[in-house]
Amino acid sequence: MDLDLSDEQRLLRESAERFVAESYDAEHRRRMANDPLGFSPDVWKQFAELGWLALPIAEEFGGLGGGPIEIGILMEAFGRGLVSEPYVATIVLGAALIERCGSTAQKQASLPKIADGSFKLAFAHSERAARFDLARVATSATRTAQGWRLEGSKIAVLDGHAADEIIVSAHLHDHHGPSGRLGLFLVPATAPGLSISDYPRLGGGRACNVELSGVQLPQDALLGDGNDALPAIEWALDRAMAALGAEAVGIMQMLLETTLDYTKIRKQFGRPLSANQVIRHRLADMAIQVDEARSMALRAALKADSAPVERARAASGAKAKIGKCARFVGEQSIQLHGGMGVTEELEVGAYFKRLVAFDTLFGGSAHHYARHAQLGRTA
Amino acid sequence: MNLSFNAEERAFQSEVQSFIAKNLTDEMKRATALTPSVFSDPDIGMAWQRALHGRGWGAPGWPVEYGGPNWTPAQRWIFETECARAGVPNVNVMGVKMVGPVIIGFGSPEQKNFYLPRILSGEDYWCQGYSEPGSGSDLSSLKTRAVRDGDDYIINGTKIWTTHAHHANRMFALVRTSDGPRQQDGISFILIDMKTPGITTRPILTIGGDHEVNQVFFDDVRVPVANRVGEEGKGWTYGKYLLEFERGSGIASAKLREGLRAITELAESDLTGRAIDSPDIATRISEVEIDIDALEMTELRVLSALQTGQNPGAVSSILKLRNSEIRQAVTRLGVDVIGHDALAVEPMRPLYKLNHEPALPEDMLTVVPEYLNGRAYTIFGGTSEIQRDIIAKIMLGI
Repeated sequence: MDLDLSDEQRLLRESAERFVAESYDAEHRRRMANDPLGFSPDVWKQFAELGWLALPIAEEFGGLGGGPIEIGILMEAFGRGLVSEPYVATIVLGAALIERCGSTAQKQASLPKIADGSFKLAFAHSERAARFDLARVATSATRTAQGWRLEGSKIAVLDGHAADEIIVSAHLHDHHGPSGRLGLFLVPATAPGLSISDYPRLGGGRACNVELSGVQLPQDALLGDGNDALPAIEWALDRAMAALGAEAVGIMQMLLETTLDYTKIRKQFGRPLSANQVIRHRLADMAIQVDEARSMALRAALKADSAPVERARAASGAKAKIGKCARFVGEQSIQLHGGMGVTEELEVGAYFKRLVAFDTLFGGSAHHYARHAQLGRTA
Repeated sequence: MNLSFNAEERAFQSEVQSFIAKNLTDEMKRATALTPSVFSDPDIGMAWQRALHGRGWGAPGWPVEYGGPNWTPAQRWIFETECARAGVPNVNVMGVKMVGPVIIGFGSPEQKNFYLPRILSGEDYWCQGYSEPGSGSDLSSLKTRAVRDGDDYIINGTKIWTTHAHHANRMFALVRTSDGPRQQDGISFILIDMKTPGITTRPILTIGGDHEVNQVFFDDVRVPVANRVGEEGKGWTYGKYLLEFERGSGIASAKLREGLRAITELAESDLTGRAIDSPDIATRISEVEIDIDALEMTELRVLSALQTGQNPGAVSSILKLRNSEIRQAVTRLGVDVIGHDALAVEPMRPLYKLNHEPALPEDMLTVVPEYLNGRAYTIFGGTSEIQRDIIAKIMLGI
């Protein structure tokens, strides 16, 4: 039992915090919000140089062999700066899915390029009618003489506009119709029949809706061997939720610190806001919830490689609890900033919006409490 | 980083398990499950304390020279967790966990030699004289006065919420020996023999139907000056030191998990018409379980920091606050799970020695009393409001 950071992990945290503090300020964020790409390719290059893109990739494919704890350390620092680079899309989801499902050739083709920063991925899975049901995929993949034909629509694809290749989940069809198995396909951004419409994402970065109409793919576009990909999808999203939970902790910590400073400086009725017990207790509750969120993000990361039910319950538990804490801390940060908290003149709103996006992404608190309960009864 | 215990720790875990299997009788186990107050009655609690003492495990937190087992933080975690899982008696903490550390820290050699062995063996049974009718959260406003008369103090006043005063043969108390510039000054820490003439005890029944707390009156009670711990007038410092022990022994999640497990079993049983089939109940069970997961993880983070000699900081107030709130959530859930059976009141105590057939199945007997008595968790040991003051002051600097 050891929950202390190793020396290497401490260094990673220090360098990530330093980089974020130096490179991300309000002005940078505003520029990115109006940028058609939504992030800076130069910063992405620096991520590669710092080894952060290689971090979780296996050493044999040019990576550093890190795990969910290291990702969590990085993500928490990213949260403090509202980093908008496509790290979750490319590294936490994309690279992980290729590493778990891909053939050796598929891994060799993309992982080293991901690690050096020259190749970006996105993961298109969610569909409008499925809501948060991961098993429900209407997008179809039908066998053709040359390979596969994909039809369907995907929503809420993180950073799909910036990806060189999009990993698309589809229901595998054979000549009898739907097989009951899902497959993952590597779809080049330039594939005919693929159309991407991107939009600015709540709280920074971009996301998109993706249409696949008669997209023709070669045989080897299917990731892996054609076994049902649902377990891999659940695995990847559970890990992504742990990573996003750590990012939310960084965001909440930043909001707590900012709000605390503000209540010390802002004077009403001749004394600082923080002189009022009602304000001090609110801040105490915020501090407690940030700490609980930190525990849950760490727990989900530590259990990211456990057996599926244990892993999924830890991930859903973290998502549900951190989502609840995030809403509270975010909403109270605005409340304690008064009218200024509702304006775009302060950064509080940007941090709050990213927390709202976190809570809703891959299913909100209510969904994950229910999933946790459901999994508990099958355990 | 990892959550697993090493081979040595796992061996210790089996050692604890077999000790419990050998020493925890069915009678103790049933009595503990059927006790809706905080602590087991002394017949049950002290039987367990004697068994622990026989094994050298009577005082896990004490230094070796006074009889502590010299456990690492991880061993303490394993011990507490296994005890909670097995449902061992809840030994009154006033002796081993509260007055013990103060005597070790500030007592004279004579006091250490006399009191510590008697705490370990269970020969002495302690109660705490802190709160007074006029001094609750504002504890240092206390008025019970000790006036010097030769080699004695003469004590007059009253203490309240005194847990197990009706069982105890000794009390440690905060009394006013002088009036200083601040109300925290002039308080002394005194050990009192409960058989001293002039002490009377009045029972206070709590809303769950239990007699656990009392009011104690002091009417010209003579206590030797030699019974004062440490310096005269420094009692507040010693008392606060003790309160930190009261708030965060830091290992509460295992007990909460057992409480939730019992409620979940009821919810899965035909006795409640399978309450768990209601999505609302199922989700609330998950909500509480996840809160326990978070608390457990915070406890483990503290444990890990302690293991490497770091100071975990002001987190003991967070642990106390969340433990008490989650405990209340568990007991509230219990009441909702048993439905109509929450209407039945069983007034007799102890519940494990009823001489009639109760109106409720035995598994449900403690549910409502635990909920009602459990309202006290956010009040004793410093109310939740006081804990928030402490968190704001110490963690946030406001």
